Amino acid sequence: MIALLTRDLRLAVRAGGGFGLGLAFFLIVTVLVPFGVGPETGLLSKIAPGVLWIGALLACLLSLDRIFALDWEDGSLDLLATAPLPMEGIVSVKALAHWITTGLPLVLAAPLLGVLLSLPADGYLWVLVSLAVGTPALSVIGTFGAALTVGLKRGGLLLSLLVLPLYVPTLIFGAEVARRGAEGLAVQTPLLMLGGISAGAIALLPFASAAVLRINLR
Amino acid sequence: MMLSVRDLAVSRGGVPVLEGVSFALAPGRALVLRGPNGSGKTTLLRTVAGLQPPFSGEIAGAGERIAYAGHSDGLKAMLTVTENLRFWAQVFGTRDISAALRDFDLAQLDSRLAGTLSAGQKRRLGLARLMVTGRPVWVLDEPTVSLDAASVGLFAAAVRAHLAAGGSALMATHIDLGIPEAEVFDVTPFKAVPRAAKQDEAFL
Repeated sequence: MIALLTRDLRLAVRAGGGFGLGLAFFLIVTVLVPFGVGPETGLLSKIAPGVLWIGALLACLLSLDRIFALDWEDGSLDLLATAPLPMEGIVSVKALAHWITTGLPLVLAAPLLGVLLSLPADGYLWVLVSLAVGTPALSVIGTFGAALTVGLKRGGLLLSLLVLPLYVPTLIFGAEVARRGAEGLAVQTPLLMLGGISAGAIALLPFASAAVLRINLR
Repeated sequence: MMLSVRDLAVSRGGVPVLEGVSFALAPGRALVLRGPNGSGKTTLLRTVAGLQPPFSGEIAGAGERIAYAGHSDGLKAMLTVTENLRFWAQVFGTRDISAALRDFDLAQLDSRLAGTLSAGQKRRLGLARLMVTGRPVWVLDEPTVSLDAASVGLFAAAVRAHLAAGGSALMATHIDLGIPEAEVFDVTPFKAVPRAAKQDEAFL
């Protein structure tokens, strides 16, 4: 398991590994929004939490098809399936590697990019917290989608269509935490909901992902 | 422990391709599957390796004892030869990769990225992986594709050493490997009668 995690992380940071892909996309979105919306600080600071969350979600989505597609193409997925690792463990490690290479950099970059969007001072902490709590759910749900579409040529579109509706609850509660935090309101309720979604997804979805992966490998 | 297959039927896309297949593979023996293209050798090997469930029939002595090598080598282009092998050694809980590097003549290539190897060298690395799995039953699908005569010799020697150590091998190949322990098993007579796909195959 640890071997698989270190291999995936090592592959991600080597050339062509797509480590910076999500982060670069996130950067582009948040840099472009002020140009598109205009320099009005009041409006920007109002939409900043939502923009940061949408940017993070799309950046996450962008890298999902890499989770299993590369291992499928070169045959390592077949070999992993015959290895002594349980399939549930394989998909959990894959989701964890995806979060470390995509979700975690987004969490850390979000407060910095919040400056570009005139995020209110109270908001920085809550953007960071909501993304830290919410992005694991994005990775785990995305891994499920990637397992469903593995083996399909150009499965990226189908993957996006499958995963986006599943991302909506995370987005609603995550952006709500960030918005309420930025406005200085109580964040407890949406934060608990967000945590509940993450915890539930982490607990249940690896079993579903493993099951669909087994079917797709036949 | 023997690998034994009894009255096995295997299916591809829900349609049976082989049926009534029975054989036993004792430790120290090798079985070479023969048959024309599309006769179901790969499907049979994938079923024995546990990648897909049997259509009907029984497989005993497989599961965690199988080391499978399919058409693709499962190498990561951006990892070196050593890193690739060491990863599989860690996954299978073994340590020593030097014997595998030596037996497949990869020692000089050990710090090269797998992506820069030639097709035959990649194949040798893919086969060297079998040695680090430490598993007794090798299930090999066309192991000699893109190997030159000398490399086929290295491979045959590795298989013979594996057999001598009490392992066994089940492989589909079209060439004569020069392994006297190997018996030939022709799958052609077991071709399944064409019939419709079973419904809801994916949900069973």
